[in-house]
Amino acid sequence: MKIAVCIKRVPVMDQRLAIAADGIAIVESGLKFDVNDFDLWAVEAGLQLKEKAGQGEVVVISLGPDAVQEQIRKALSMGADRGIHLQAAAVPPDARVAARALADELKGGAYDLILFGRIAVDVSNGATGAIVAHLLGLPCVTAVSKLEITGGRGRARRELEGAQETVEFPLPAVLTIDEGLNRERLPSLKGIMAAKKKPLDVKPTTLTESRVVVRRLQMPPERSAGRIIGEGAAAVPELVRLLQTEAKVL
Amino acid sequence: MPNLLAFVETRAGAIRKAGLEAVTAARGCVDAAGGGEVHALLVGAPGIAARAESLGEHGADVVIVVEHAGFERYNPEATAALAAERIGSGGYPLGVFSSTAQGRDLAPRVAAALDAAIVTDATTLTIEQDAVVVTHPIDTGKLIAIWAIRGTPAIVAMRPGAVLLAPQPRTARIERAQPVSDPASARVVTTELTVGDSATMDLGDAPVIVSGGRGLKSAENFRLVEDLAAAFGNAAVGATRAVTDDGWRPHSDQIGQTGRLVSPDLYVAVGISGAIQHLAGMRTSKTIVAINKDREAPIFKVADYGIVGDVFEVMPALIAAVRAARAAST
Ligand SMILES: Cc1cc2nc3c(=O)[nH]c(=O)nc-3n(C[C@H](O)[C@H](O)[C@H](O)COP(=O)(O)OP(=O)(O)OC[C@H]3O[C@@H](n4cnc5c(N)ncnc54)[C@H](O)[C@@H]3O)c2cc1C
Ligand SMILES: Nc1ncnc2c1ncn2[C@@H]1O[C@H](COP(=O)(O)O)[C@@H](O)[C@H]1O
Repeated sequence: MKIAVCIKRVPVMDQRLAIAADGIAIVESGLKFDVNDFDLWAVEAGLQLKEKAGQGEVVVISLGPDAVQEQIRKALSMGADRGIHLQAAAVPPDARVAARALADELKGGAYDLILFGRIAVDVSNGATGAIVAHLLGLPCVTAVSKLEITGGRGRARRELEGAQETVEFPLPAVLTIDEGLNRERLPSLKGIMAAKKKPLDVKPTTLTESRVVVRRLQMPPERSAGRIIGEGAAAVPELVRLLQTEAKVL
Repeated sequence: MPNLLAFVETRAGAIRKAGLEAVTAARGCVDAAGGGEVHALLVGAPGIAARAESLGEHGADVVIVVEHAGFERYNPEATAALAAERIGSGGYPLGVFSSTAQGRDLAPRVAAALDAAIVTDATTLTIEQDAVVVTHPIDTGKLIAIWAIRGTPAIVAMRPGAVLLAPQPRTARIERAQPVSDPASARVVTTELTVGDSATMDLGDAPVIVSGGRGLKSAENFRLVEDLAAAFGNAAVGATRAVTDDGWRPHSDQIGQTGRLVSPDLYVAVGISGAIQHLAGMRTSKTIVAINKDREAPIFKVADYGIVGDVFEVMPALIAAVRAARAAST
């Protein structure tokens, strides 16, 4: 099993984000970053598939500034075999741009599976995997929350709103990984030591022009401060009255 | 102003609310820009044509109906090929989709086939002289981005619930079209669709969401959440990650940073602490109600109406009161 996993460096979400003076970027200094949640589950999926197959290789690829090497090392310390850093100072929010750069690297890699996260929690587009699949001419299954691979074919479960789908597909394929498939392993001390010696190729990358342009960032509208209307079952009539007269939802 | 194409999402032979929202969003765009037609693309198994008229009521001028047995279940490759061909050959500058689980799968495939720029999960959509402009929550809703998409076509998928449905009736012309690839030759095949219990609605469609957290203590007690949803009659059931991780509910019910993003008219949080990752998925709800025994729980900071109390005491009373209120109003 030869598996590629595309991982993105994103800000950790339980911290305050501020808009820079230019109004179009976030203030990055002082922020903590990590691998996108879904991408960690994709790495874990790749490791488990390789372990199950008994042989193979898990290659992690990240596009971005030099700082992404920190995230590649994390994936290597979880057990991935080698890393590729596609070097670009900044990646625009147009998924076509990242997809093109990633597809150029993946093409010719003879991967059985190429794994993505369902969505990057920073730009929140969830489009990169499907575009890469198209560029490589591979079948694509998105938002996989259960996966079985047997004899060159795969079967996946996808969760819809209030429903589930089972999807079958041939390998090689591109999959985007949803929550529910697994929880990522923590890097062991041994893994962290080993990761330092694993190969990490750095490749300068030229990006195509972005067709999605940031006009402005703004803070979301403040919700009016929360209001506690009462305690226990005694507060229920007042709640129902407010839902009928004020919120008009009942 | 040129015409726009809206893709109408269906499931099991019925049009989903998000499908009507896509049509409505396209209508709003065209009207604000001073005219042009909305063409709705309705794809399904034979029989789906019967649903076409309802699209006129929501502002479609033309409904392009494609019926084929291969569209019985969602067929991602054939549907994407068809939508892309329609958008390309029709010269539409913009294709509007839904940012549902299915739409999030479909829209990027269509964009890829057209080498079009794509934005999913848009909350507003307007069209300008040389750009399509969207607002789109980023960083789990901590910030709102205003993005301009340059060049055509553009593909935009709207967040469910972000578009307000309002009747704008017209008599839609119905046109028929054929698939552009053989649906039976798709590599990716949906072999099964399991729809959850029908007593409650699904998260994408429901104007009301009743969501439960670890405060309910066990899977059995989730009955309280289901009963309240049933009492509202137009509600879906949601859950926190603590609950889906424990297997009380499927992951498809999870709301939050790594789950679904929802904006219902009413969100009722039952025994939910209000962790930042949960708020990321529901803080854009129009009205939020929280029931929690801990007065300091962060959920109360975003709740329009909070009740401090034990869910096992409050919920039975609330279920009865909502039932009574609905019985009185009908
Ligand atoms: C990367 C990452 C992604 C995540 N993504 C998500 C996500 O998408 N969605 C999500 O929900 N979470 C997510 N989480 C988890 C999140 O941080 C919280 O752990 C989770 O939301 C807590 O769920 P909860 O409110 O049900 O449980 P708890 O935090 O345990 O809260 C239970 C609440 O119930 C109250 N309670 C207890 N008993 C009663 C009673 N008898 N009556 C009334 N109230 C009672 C308590 O006061 C408490 O406030 C994520 C976490 C991480 C790290
Ligand atoms: N800069 C990047 N480097 C590597 N992988 C990426 C990058 N951007 C996006 N991806 C992958 O594409 C997935 C979806 O991203 P997005 O389409 O931006 O939501 C992510 O979960 C990653 O797997």
